[in-house]
Amino acid sequence: MMHAGIEAELHADFADFSLRVSLSLPGRGVSALFGPSGSGKTSCLRALAGLMRPRGFVRFADEIWQDDAKKVFVPTHRRAIGVVFQEASLFAHLSVRGNVEYGLRRVPPAQRRIALEQAIELLGIAPLLERRPQTLSGGERQRVAIARALAVSPRLLLMDEPLSALDVGRKEEIIPYLERLPHELDIPIVYVSHAPDEVARLADHLVVLREGKVLASGPLSEVLVRLDTPIRLGEEAGVVLQGKLAEHDETWALMCVSFPGGRLWVRRENLPLGAPLRLRVLARDVSLARSPHQDASVLNVLPARVEAIGEDEHPADALVRLTVGESALLARITRRSAARLDLHPGQTVWAQIKAVAVLR
Amino acid sequence: MSSSAWAALALSLRLAAVTTLVLFLIGTPLAWWLARTRSRFKEAIAAVVALPLVLPPTVIGFYLLLLMGPHGPVGWLTQQLGWGLLPFSFSGLVVGSVIFSLPFLVQPLQNAFEALGDRPLEVAATLRAGPWDRFFTVAVPLARPGFLTAGVLSFAHTMGEFGVVLMIGGNIPGRTTVASVQLYEFVEAMEYGEAHWLAFVLVLFSFAVLLLLNFFGKRKR
Repeated sequence: MMHAGIEAELHADFADFSLRVSLSLPGRGVSALFGPSGSGKTSCLRALAGLMRPRGFVRFADEIWQDDAKKVFVPTHRRAIGVVFQEASLFAHLSVRGNVEYGLRRVPPAQRRIALEQAIELLGIAPLLERRPQTLSGGERQRVAIARALAVSPRLLLMDEPLSALDVGRKEEIIPYLERLPHELDIPIVYVSHAPDEVARLADHLVVLREGKVLASGPLSEVLVRLDTPIRLGEEAGVVLQGKLAEHDETWALMCVSFPGGRLWVRRENLPLGAPLRLRVLARDVSLARSPHQDASVLNVLPARVEAIGEDEHPADALVRLTVGESALLARITRRSAARLDLHPGQTVWAQIKAVAVLR
Repeated sequence: MSSSAWAALALSLRLAAVTTLVLFLIGTPLAWWLARTRSRFKEAIAAVVALPLVLPPTVIGFYLLLLMGPHGPVGWLTQQLGWGLLPFSFSGLVVGSVIFSLPFLVQPLQNAFEALGDRPLEVAATLRAGPWDRFFTVAVPLARPGFLTAGVLSFAHTMGEFGVVLMIGGNIPGRTTVASVQLYEFVEAMEYGEAHWLAFVLVLFSFAVLLLLNFFGKRKR
């Protein structure tokens, strides 16, 4: 029987926490393991890589990588993975080219699906090939590390907070490369992160971990709007909408993005019509009204249906889950306002969206 | 310098070279094991390796003489194997020197391996390198300064050895009379001129070794 995706049952006990995780990740796109430090996300990734051996079971596609019941454990170097660590960890005794070719040379030609040139081109490291790792900037090093991991033609790419050791500028330098990967290469990516903005930009599937347990798991847009398992993104609570560029408005320098259920006007970017775009709408940027105000400055006002009202982190606030057509939105309003507007599930309101971030 | 002084120097160099070679073969796996193991025997083994640092060389020589002698277990074994007895032979000197210089090879190597950390080896594993492959293509090149220090120290320490050699090898010209023993011999015989030359050459050699170490130590940084 053919399987797709990743299944893992991982149990481990450490001095300060225990891991009790059951993972089921899709066989394509980016799956983010999200949680604060100590939540077990890195342990999960290391177990998938075979660098750590908790008790349990790991299956990737139709390969069993670990099955304690059958005493199966495939060592790291026999798993078809590529791993990018938090620090680039380039081999100091090899040039950039030597680093990128290290794994490639160990892959039989028949199994090579990503050409060396493709890995080099995807990460834009051609000008760096003859340099020594010590002479590279942090961002360059991480790009080389990603190219090195891709050069082994992995069937699964594992990334452990690849951006967290970089400053903001370097992050912005790498993220576009990361965004291209799932489009250019048809391999699933497991991405460990504690940064909500990275998850919003990159993830298709989201697993929220806390204290060694899975709090929520599912498609990004579904997990983000769940009110029952507070994801505690704090100020970053919000949704991600998948849309398409529908219209340019040259006069006002705006563009219109259509998403399942509606349209949003955002600042114009130089992109072709029909380009896929990811929009991030934070809960704090959505306010609610009983009637459509024509005299307000808010550009985007959408009719929405109240689905549920949940508690927020601060006792003054409430999180309201809305649907706009087929899409979901979150609004953060005060509980007092919720009471004043007499909000209840099933009601139709107007969602005033003050800010939309275009992620891509 | 007299021919006996040259012969002694040549023997010392040969002994140091063979000892260092044997030490690399035995000491490298031992240092690797000590650097990576979580075994509860680690501390005990490390202490045994370090013993020659603190024991008087004559104590080591004495025990080795007993072990390798006609009534010792090692002596019995070498006789059974048709190798004859090791004491008062060049092979005996090598055995003694290897044991005596073991910490000078193992400790720098162990430190170098420990300084690598797990990460480079983990990365190599994710790049399809098996355990031997990882060792030879990642650990060894990254620990190169450690190998250099270990080799130079072992070589120099064997050159300067006296007590163990005298106990095991005695003083057979051309076979077991190494430079340090020959120097002692010259002084005993009141041949101070010869003694001066030999001592001066040994000082020069030691100085050159330390200079070399410092030079490579600087380049590493």
